[in-house]
Amino acid sequence: MNKHKSVRDWYQLVDDGTVQRLILTGNLTLAALDNNFRQLSGELSRHAQNTRILWDLSDIRRMDTAGIVLLWKVWGEKRPDALILRPEHEKMLKRIENLPKAALGLKRGNPFWPIHAIGDQFLLLWANLSGMIRMVGQLALDSLFFLRHPALIPWREISANLYRTGAQALGITALVGFLIGIVLSYLSSEQLQMFGADIFIVNILGISIIRELGPLLAAILVAGRSGSSMTAQLGVMRVTQELDALTVMGIPHSQRLIFPKIIGLGLAMPLLVLWTSAIALTGGMVAAEIQLGLSYHYFVHTLPESVPIGNLWLGLGKGVVCGMAIALIACHFGLRIKPNTESLGEGTTTSVVTSITIVIIIDAIFAIAFSDVGIVR
Amino acid sequence: MSELSDKLMNDAPCIIEIEDLQTRFGQHIVHQDLSLDVRQGEILTLIGGSGSGKTTLLRQMLGLETPTAGTVKIFGSSRYNGNLALNKSIRSRTGVLFQQGALFSALTVYDNVALPLRELRILDEKTIHDLVMVKLNMVAIEPEHAHKMPANLSGGMIKRVSLARALALDPELLFLDEPTAGLDPELSESFVQLILDMRRELGLTIVMVTHDIDTLAALSDRIAVLADRRVIAAGALEEIYRYPHPFITNFFKTMHKKHQLNDNRK
Repeated sequence: MNKHKSVRDWYQLVDDGTVQRLILTGNLTLAALDNNFRQLSGELSRHAQNTRILWDLSDIRRMDTAGIVLLWKVWGEKRPDALILRPEHEKMLKRIENLPKAALGLKRGNPFWPIHAIGDQFLLLWANLSGMIRMVGQLALDSLFFLRHPALIPWREISANLYRTGAQALGITALVGFLIGIVLSYLSSEQLQMFGADIFIVNILGISIIRELGPLLAAILVAGRSGSSMTAQLGVMRVTQELDALTVMGIPHSQRLIFPKIIGLGLAMPLLVLWTSAIALTGGMVAAEIQLGLSYHYFVHTLPESVPIGNLWLGLGKGVVCGMAIALIACHFGLRIKPNTESLGEGTTTSVVTSITIVIIIDAIFAIAFSDVGIVR
Repeated sequence: MSELSDKLMNDAPCIIEIEDLQTRFGQHIVHQDLSLDVRQGEILTLIGGSGSGKTTLLRQMLGLETPTAGTVKIFGSSRYNGNLALNKSIRSRTGVLFQQGALFSALTVYDNVALPLRELRILDEKTIHDLVMVKLNMVAIEPEHAHKMPANLSGGMIKRVSLARALALDPELLFLDEPTAGLDPELSESFVQLILDMRRELGLTIVMVTHDIDTLAALSDRIAVLADRRVIAAGALEEIYRYPHPFITNFFKTMHKKHQLNDNRK
């Protein structure tokens, strides 16, 4: 490839008394022009103002579409009066001349856009709500169907989901639970020491972790971890037409994909809640021993006395409800994904954000509805 | 191909040179001592049974995969040189038509074709607009389709838009992966014609992988046959046709059947 040094290398202006000839030379291609594109276009435009000039294109070595478009722009989108060009370039010029002049104008702005935007949001909310209610209904119908045909229950899928959302989440929930337990224990014990109420650390940790923190921590982690993967999985299945393939085979999505996910996570979540609470309590116990000198034996011994068993059932119940809600939301947004990449990313984000919000809302509802369960007055 | 142009071809410089290429996936050897040249201005078709490594070879030419051993040279420089600027210039001189089109699904037809042009950062938006419209016109896409999303296009249109995108930077070298797969015979014929027109207009060199015998016969100047882990033969259709190898015999048997069918109909 020949390297052009300046814009001057692409053209020369020859004045032989009667006519001014502008002779274009070299490679008029995008690759060759590179950074000189704009400058050349500017300089040629100046010469183009002289309408009597003769454009000589016959010396061009190679010209591509970018080259001819550059000249077309320079000429003000019309053929100059005096022009010499080779037949192959003539064909390229013809193509541009014959281009349909359909204006690709930008879409005009709508003056009522704020109202439209709010309306769209409400319609979207309505679509999501009704979609989710429909899914709950479908789940109930599927459950009835499986009750009547127990042989068709997708055990393999349920077990696979149990493993993926439960067993594989043990590590992360343990790590987070243990650390939260330590933090909580350190902070509370300092305060309790001031009042000389050291032994109440067992009550504080027991109630707060078993009733609130264990279920909430597990649910938020699972929403981020399993919820996103479920949404993305269903979304990619839509993109690759696997969902269509299932439908054509006569296998309903709701029975083979959604039912096992919701049941699987509904089973896995309470187990994860139990696990997270246990590990968090262990963390708290270790920190209490270090900070307050409370023996492990005392901690374990006092725990059942100071925490009524109702709290445990409440925590496990929250786990079941949150798990099923997370799976439901993940499946709902997964099935709404359209077959393009942007929709996939958007759907996954919405799914995770919604399920974390819903988990906290569920927690609040539980707190109000069961305010007199498991609390010693 | 006439003999005259055949001679011209032989003198043309090589755009791609592949030497002693070896590819191995674990224990499985795909290519062994594979050599192949692509000359300027020709249309070379790669054929071979499934699993013979056609697509892998194409990906290696594109720099998407690295062979276990051997060299792939494009425009005289190695594909795996580690020189960013050089690699970028190689990439802007090559265009690819992927089998499924690989259009960016989040962008409109217009933006898909405009993307490589915008990436250069040397063109203003008006020039880009004109360039995109010219490219779309070349592949016979009407302007009213320019604002559609790829999801709303038919299979044939996806191929054509994707060809327009591959041609956006006016490349010298074009790779086609199964250009007519998934198109009906009429569409596939018009697509073949389109590629021939493009080639005449832009002076392209084309490397193509195809299974379709009509496309093969209509487009190829030379055919390279991949079998037994290497290129067993490369040459014009008539030469390949006479080459004694079970794969080639089988491959052209279907062509015979097809022609017999056509003759019977007449």
